[in-house]
Amino acid sequence: MNMTAPISQSVRSPVLVRARNVHKSYGQHEVLKGIDLDVRVGETIVILGPSGSGKSTFLRCINHLETMQGGSIVVGDEQVGYQMRGGKLYRASPGVMARQRKDIGMVFQQFNLYPHLTVLQNITEAPIGVHGEKRAEAEAYARALLERVGLSEKESAYPRQLSGGQQQRVAIARALAIKPKLMLFDEPTSALDPELVGEVLATMRDLATQGLTMIVVTHEIGFAKEAADRVIFMDDGKIVEEGSPEQVLVNPTQPRTRAFLNRFI
Amino acid sequence: MKGSTVSNMTTAEVGSDGGSGPSWNPRDVSRAITSVNYLRWLLIVVVLALVAQFLSLVVSNETFQWDVVLRWLFDPSVISGLYVTLGLTVVAMVLGTAIGLVLAICRLSQSRAASSFAAVYIWFFRGTPMLVQLIFWYNMATIFPQLSISIPFGPTLINWETNAIITPLTAAIVGLALNEAAYMAEVIRGGLLSVDPGQSETAQAFGMTRSRALWRIIIPQAMRSIVPPTGNQLISMIKGTSLVSVIAMNDLLYSVQAVYNRTFEIIPLLMVAVIWYLVITSILNVGQTFIERYYARGERNNQMRGPQEVAMPVEEAR
Ligand SMILES: Nc1ncnc2c1ncn2[C@@H]1O[C@H](COP(=O)(O)OP(=O)(O)OP(=O)(O)O)[C@@H](O)[C@H]1O
Ligand SMILES: [Mg+2]
Repeated sequence: MNMTAPISQSVRSPVLVRARNVHKSYGQHEVLKGIDLDVRVGETIVILGPSGSGKSTFLRCINHLETMQGGSIVVGDEQVGYQMRGGKLYRASPGVMARQRKDIGMVFQQFNLYPHLTVLQNITEAPIGVHGEKRAEAEAYARALLERVGLSEKESAYPRQLSGGQQQRVAIARALAIKPKLMLFDEPTSALDPELVGEVLATMRDLATQGLTMIVVTHEIGFAKEAADRVIFMDDGKIVEEGSPEQVLVNPTQPRTRAFLNRFI
Repeated sequence: MKGSTVSNMTTAEVGSDGGSGPSWNPRDVSRAITSVNYLRWLLIVVVLALVAQFLSLVVSNETFQWDVVLRWLFDPSVISGLYVTLGLTVVAMVLGTAIGLVLAICRLSQSRAASSFAAVYIWFFRGTPMLVQLIFWYNMATIFPQLSISIPFGPTLINWETNAIITPLTAAIVGLALNEAAYMAEVIRGGLLSVDPGQSETAQAFGMTRSRALWRIIIPQAMRSIVPPTGNQLISMIKGTSLVSVIAMNDLLYSVQAVYNRTFEIIPLLMVAVIWYLVITSILNVGQTFIERYYARGERNNQMRGPQEVAMPVEEAR
């Protein structure tokens, strides 16, 4: 909605996500080796990097789907998964954690729609069940979102009756339905046939221009160029390079970034 | 052989290159005729003959005494036995499923204590004969004359006479339900495990509490693999209730036994029981089919809808 240039807008806006020295390992295998990142309100961050570099793991640490071993991530004014009481940090109870996640939408590589619910029910499930919205309101908003992703006529279909691209657009509508402050996308187009990628990316580009704060893990360099305010290149559990799309994608300074980008030319 | 394949390929290539299609005229498939499968018809004839043979044996055999069967089929004592069997089945199954659900959740929970408790429970109740368990519950009073709720090694809070609580009816219900719970726990656990882990992760990411995710997301999907074995369980439960006749519960089997102990018409009265058991299980089978169809909704090749409806799900739902 706000048509001012994204970067100038985001430089002034407050920090929504602040990650500091995030460490995560699976057993002996260290996957994240100290990640620092600030994401400002309204920014679109694209995370690039080779397979196994820890992109998904970092994204999942943000909404505490993974427990990290060190460092901190603050979303808004809370550490998701933890609770401050009397100056000490406690692990949050499941109820508190559920509340902390209410403002964070997530879109998965494999869509993960609820197959036993219709498209409309998929979208209204969290607004009604978690956020306590009235059914009529939730459904009206869900229909508006379906129209936005171009799937109005599919509200009564079941997910398995839709194509992959349609399913992912429903998944995006489902994540938007909770009116999130932050959207996390984990390779939203990787499970799609090439001709279906475009429709999903177009939807995401719309969201980026409308000022939603998004962190997108993707291999779509084109999307990063057009829609990202900032591109992060990760390799081997660390942020190797970070900057505007031109800096990272056109004039990378790090040899590893160049080697990675060469594969896409 | 080889030559003909090669020549076919060449025709096809010529066809696609020249755009003229195959040399023969393709017909519209809507006119396609299903050819007769003689083997299948033969099988039907053989099966029908066998069934007819079996029926004529059963009907003409004097020992079945069909007139006696008919006389007792709707006798009030038999019908009341039927009600006892049905009532016991329903109550024991409902309790067993509820306890089984709790056990399955315990078994899958992160908590060591809960998971070991459920494992030991399932191990014990599946590992000992139903009959022994029933007799044990029935004779509780001789083992524990008093039942009480107390703090271990501490004061007693409430106290009952065991005999006042454990009647044949309660012994039967408790015995059947606790035993059923062990089996249902495993059925339900299998169902919960069959659901894609991504589903509970998604529910979690959307801020759903564990219990809501279980009720709204996981269990409805698990039902697809829970229902068929539960149908099995229910049917063995109906027949399993006949065991309670040993603790003097007058269920269906017990009431026909009571009759033939007087009249010595053993075979026809057993036939009465058999007919009723078959009637109940047939009704259950039909019910199960409908339940399975309900939980199969949302499947791509759902048998409930025709192919056209799959193509237009929006029309179908309105
Ligand atoms: N549950 C797990 N247990 C053990 N190791 C894991 C687990 N999940 C991920 N890993 C490891 O962590 C590393 C980082 O995984 P991650 O999924 O974050 O990579 P990624 O950057 O998202 O890769 P991709 O582009 O292929 O999705 C990989 O080496 C992977 O093998
Ligand atoms: Mg990944």
